[in-house]
Amino acid sequence: MNLSEETILKIDALIPKYPEKRSAALMIIHLIQDELGSIDLEACEWIADKLELQPINIQELITFYPMLREKPWGKKHIRVCRTLPCALRGSYATCQALEKKLGVKEGHVRDDGEYSIEFMECLADCGEGPVVMVDEETYENVDSVKAGELADLLTSGTLETSKKFVSYENALVQDSNLEAAPKSKPSTK
Amino acid sequence: MSNKSTPTERRIILKNADDPNYSNKISCYLREGGYAMLKKSFKMKPEEIGAEVLKSGVRGRGGAGFPAGMKWKFLDRKSGKPIYLICNADESEPGTFKDRQIIHKDPHQLIEGMMIAAYAIQAKQAFIYIRAEFFEGARILESAIDEAKAKGFCGDKILGSDFSCDLVVHRGAGAYICGEETGLIESLEGKRPNPRIKPPYFPAVLGLYQCPTIVNNVETLCNVKHIMEIGGDEFAKIGKPNNTGTRIWCVSGHVKKPGYYEFECGALTMGEMIYDVCGGLLPGRSLQAVIPGGSSSKILRADERFSGKLKDGTDFDWGVEDIPLDFDGPMAAGTMSGSGGIIVMDDTVDMVEAMANINAFYAHESCGQCTPCREGSLWMRKITQRMCDGGAREEDADLLLSVANQIEGRTICAFGEAAAWPTQSFIAKFRDRFEDKVKNPERKKSSLQLI
Repeated sequence: MNLSEETILKIDALIPKYPEKRSAALMIIHLIQDELGSIDLEACEWIADKLELQPINIQELITFYPMLREKPWGKKHIRVCRTLPCALRGSYATCQALEKKLGVKEGHVRDDGEYSIEFMECLADCGEGPVVMVDEETYENVDSVKAGELADLLTSGTLETSKKFVSYENALVQDSNLEAAPKSKPSTK
Repeated sequence: MSNKSTPTERRIILKNADDPNYSNKISCYLREGGYAMLKKSFKMKPEEIGAEVLKSGVRGRGGAGFPAGMKWKFLDRKSGKPIYLICNADESEPGTFKDRQIIHKDPHQLIEGMMIAAYAIQAKQAFIYIRAEFFEGARILESAIDEAKAKGFCGDKILGSDFSCDLVVHRGAGAYICGEETGLIESLEGKRPNPRIKPPYFPAVLGLYQCPTIVNNVETLCNVKHIMEIGGDEFAKIGKPNNTGTRIWCVSGHVKKPGYYEFECGALTMGEMIYDVCGGLLPGRSLQAVIPGGSSSKILRADERFSGKLKDGTDFDWGVEDIPLDFDGPMAAGTMSGSGGIIVMDDTVDMVEAMANINAFYAHESCGQCTPCREGSLWMRKITQRMCDGGAREEDADLLLSVANQIEGRTICAFGEAAAWPTQSFIAKFRDRFEDKVKNPERKKSSLQLI
């Protein structure tokens, strides 16, 4: 298994944070999955060795938790919230629009490995549904029409710079560039 | 034009979150007087803080509504084992999105609340268990903890005292069951999150690593800071007796202005929330049903009436819109305020499809440990899916009810109830729709696909 030096350093820094080594399992899995895209048997054995466990102790986590993977998703992974509040706002149509535009069915990876779509259970942003995540970015109020537009921007590689689709996370980053500005001074513009 | 004034929010927890001049940086938090309550608390004895929290009457904001001060009192301090504090930031009850706001927009409020709580219970270490879908949320918390450590508000020798408490952010991996506190503890131990049976595994006695552990919700821990600010007695005056403080209500579904709104407990009714605060229903639609406290809570039919005697002895006779938004109001109406997630459904909703959607959630999220829940949730999903696929049978309503009744009370954790209550209440209140599915299997043109 080829893990970067950086990930190994992060893993080594992580383990002593916990009173018992085994507690670090989930966070180590996240770090390795972030780099390799999935956790195969070799990775299970490596983590188990690191934490003085049996490989089954790691594999049973991979097979339980919905976000842990034995095989990678596509290069761009799209998560669509399926649960009731988003469904009441049309998330099934959103998912179908994405499937059509990106040429891949929900729960699958496109043959060329570029895109995958997954229905998720409640993404905890129910007031702004339908909610769609592209990798780690959350997009809100993505109805079926917007889903088509989002997919177009995604395939042309311009989603991240789009002014129409600003992710929840990006809006926050713009916000947190703001250090303690003097309070409630009205803008002079 | 109505003369009735719209109830006004009272923002305590979300006071700064949406201020355009405020960010999640520590500089903003300090400008607003942040960490002053930590300093104040460290001049007190730990048990004095616990006493204030108990006096405040603050009830847990995660769903069960158990008094937080009481939970702290149950802590086993005699065993000599280390004590742990865990913040449950696994926010995953469908319809709930309040903790998201705190974590992303005002993380230091949570850290301050946690460090006061950690000192009060004399925790050796504290954890924030955050759902993995909050990628940025976890990063925000980690950098906020680094900022707090650099200023001595967290970590080694807090505020120069002898008290140290490290705070670690731990990410879940997409499993709803990790919001159940003993499941969460198993997950944090690096295992599958199969909940533990109570007794004997009450976290306050046998929690993380079999040590005494307190697990509190994000909003509950933020409240600790505000209790220290005004004192338990003053805090108890906010809201109503037994329903103290504010609550962040999350409204989703078919209203004009869905969103999160913080009000004093009992300051408004369900009707005022839907029609005044959230702008009412979409044009031409009428109210069909409300799920008042996250998808696990029992559904309310728009034309239902509720009557009886309240705890204080007064008689009540309410329609859905009269239910006061606090802990006890929804309880009196036979449901619960749960996590505060209000899901509104208008007359276009096919109730059998809504049921199928909810059942698909619980079938997906059952941990599989207890047979009634693992098998029952699966069969409820299959039956409602079949009904929506054109194969509804006359006996389905009774069959669903029988499956749900065989789950309730027969599982290790409350997930069994969470999975059974929606089905029981949908059948009790919308049986006609389940029976109608046999004669009219097609989805109406006006109804959205929900499964």
